[in-house]
Amino acid sequence: MRITCPLCGERDRREFYYKGHAVSLNRPEPDAGEEVWDNYVYLRDNPAGETRDLWYHEGGCGAWIEVTRNTVTHEITATQLVSEETS
Amino acid sequence: MRFSGLRVIKEGLTGNKGWKPHWRDPEPKSEYDIVIIGGGGHGLATAYYLAKEHGLTNIAVLEKGYIGGGNVGRNTTIIRANYFLQGNSEFYSHSLKLWEGLEQDLNYNVMHSQRGIINLFHSDGQRDARARQGNMMLSQGDDAVLLGRDELRKMLPYLDFDNARFPIYGGLYHPRGGTARHDAVAWGFARGADQRGVDLLQNCEVTGIDIEDGTVKGVQTSRGPIRAKKVAMVVAGRSSQVAAMAGMTLPIESHVLQAFVTEGLKPVIDNVVTFGMGHFYISQSDKGGLVFGGDLDFYASYAARGNLATAEHVMEAGMALMPMIGKAKMLRSWGGIMDMSPDGSPIIDRTHIDGLYLNCGWNYGGFKAVPGSGNVFAHLIATDRYHENASGYQLDRFRTGRGIIDEESKGSQHNLH
Repeated sequence: MRITCPLCGERDRREFYYKGHAVSLNRPEPDAGEEVWDNYVYLRDNPAGETRDLWYHEGGCGAWIEVTRNTVTHEITATQLVSEETS
Repeated sequence: MRFSGLRVIKEGLTGNKGWKPHWRDPEPKSEYDIVIIGGGGHGLATAYYLAKEHGLTNIAVLEKGYIGGGNVGRNTTIIRANYFLQGNSEFYSHSLKLWEGLEQDLNYNVMHSQRGIINLFHSDGQRDARARQGNMMLSQGDDAVLLGRDELRKMLPYLDFDNARFPIYGGLYHPRGGTARHDAVAWGFARGADQRGVDLLQNCEVTGIDIEDGTVKGVQTSRGPIRAKKVAMVVAGRSSQVAAMAGMTLPIESHVLQAFVTEGLKPVIDNVVTFGMGHFYISQSDKGGLVFGGDLDFYASYAARGNLATAEHVMEAGMALMPMIGKAKMLRSWGGIMDMSPDGSPIIDRTHIDGLYLNCGWNYGGFKAVPGSGNVFAHLIATDRYHENASGYQLDRFRTGRGIIDEESKGSQHNLH
């Protein structure tokens, strides 16, 4: 599997660290309550199909990248810098 | 039909014409007392123990594929009870004891082999940690022996003891651990459940779960609707999809775990050996193939195949540990889909829907748990009380933060367990 880093171009999967679902970007307020925090920390939609997840270009530029990816075929359809999305 | 040595001789002398299919292929009835979704090892064991220990036989097991075609046939067949934390240790101890009587109980040869497991360590600190783990295993009533380098060298002379990065200091030996023939485990439980009247419905995919006023009423399937008083979801690998039919979101992320087998060789590896620092473990099947695996591919996946990068990493680790296997030819690799839970421990619980039960989250430890999981889950379904050896696997431990069983202290990231 190869992932296209928006800064470095297409690179081997081994250069990247996988964090998990992109839900990690939506950190709730500290007082948001048990259910919201449960949803953020533990619960996952876990789709068999298209998903969005976070990868860190550990062996490259150090960017955090949001990857749109199919969990059944492993096809990657889009990559985007997290810094651009959240800025 | 009972299996015995006498029977084998009789059939051998009469042309082997008396053997019959091991289970029926019944048509679905319109209603059962209990419907079990998932005809894998855990689902079949659940049905078996419901029938055997609780006298409940009006049961259907619904399998979307065929018996033995899922994760129960896609693993590395290792059995052990070497857990550290309360919650896990009593459960896996319970499961191992069931394994030890399983073949007589099922009248089925599952080729259970207590060849022992050795977890290697590579530093003073790791030795201390393994000693502590061994003490916990002993205090649970199971067995553990701390082996030094010289003792270990007598047992496993083929290891590279002087590896520059991970020199081998010794190993924690768990003599009662071992392996079993995974397909036979599925077949044995299937036969045992069927003999007691359980209907095993293959090619029967659940497409919906019927719920009225917070109570489960039955399921929709590819072979028609089936009413049920109780429904149990035991579908590790597809837990999130099935639970979604009941409106539930689970604390599960699915990952692929690869395993590999070589051509058949003469006996060379007598035990199960694990090399945690290299993410590598190995045993040799009775057919002679070296069966080995490593860690997850580490990204969420439902593809029952993995990435070459992980395969290469596993081979490298194996070569670093035991260079002698370098000339063996690898025949096959496969991937199983793991329910990774946020603390690395499973979930065996009721749900917020009356009559709907959940068994999932086995990470990559599901095979050894097959008898234990079925046994305690049957207890929960039949009595609505937690089994004494499985009271820690409750779903709400994540929401509340009470009772998290994080065996390896990895935190809440699913793929790190």
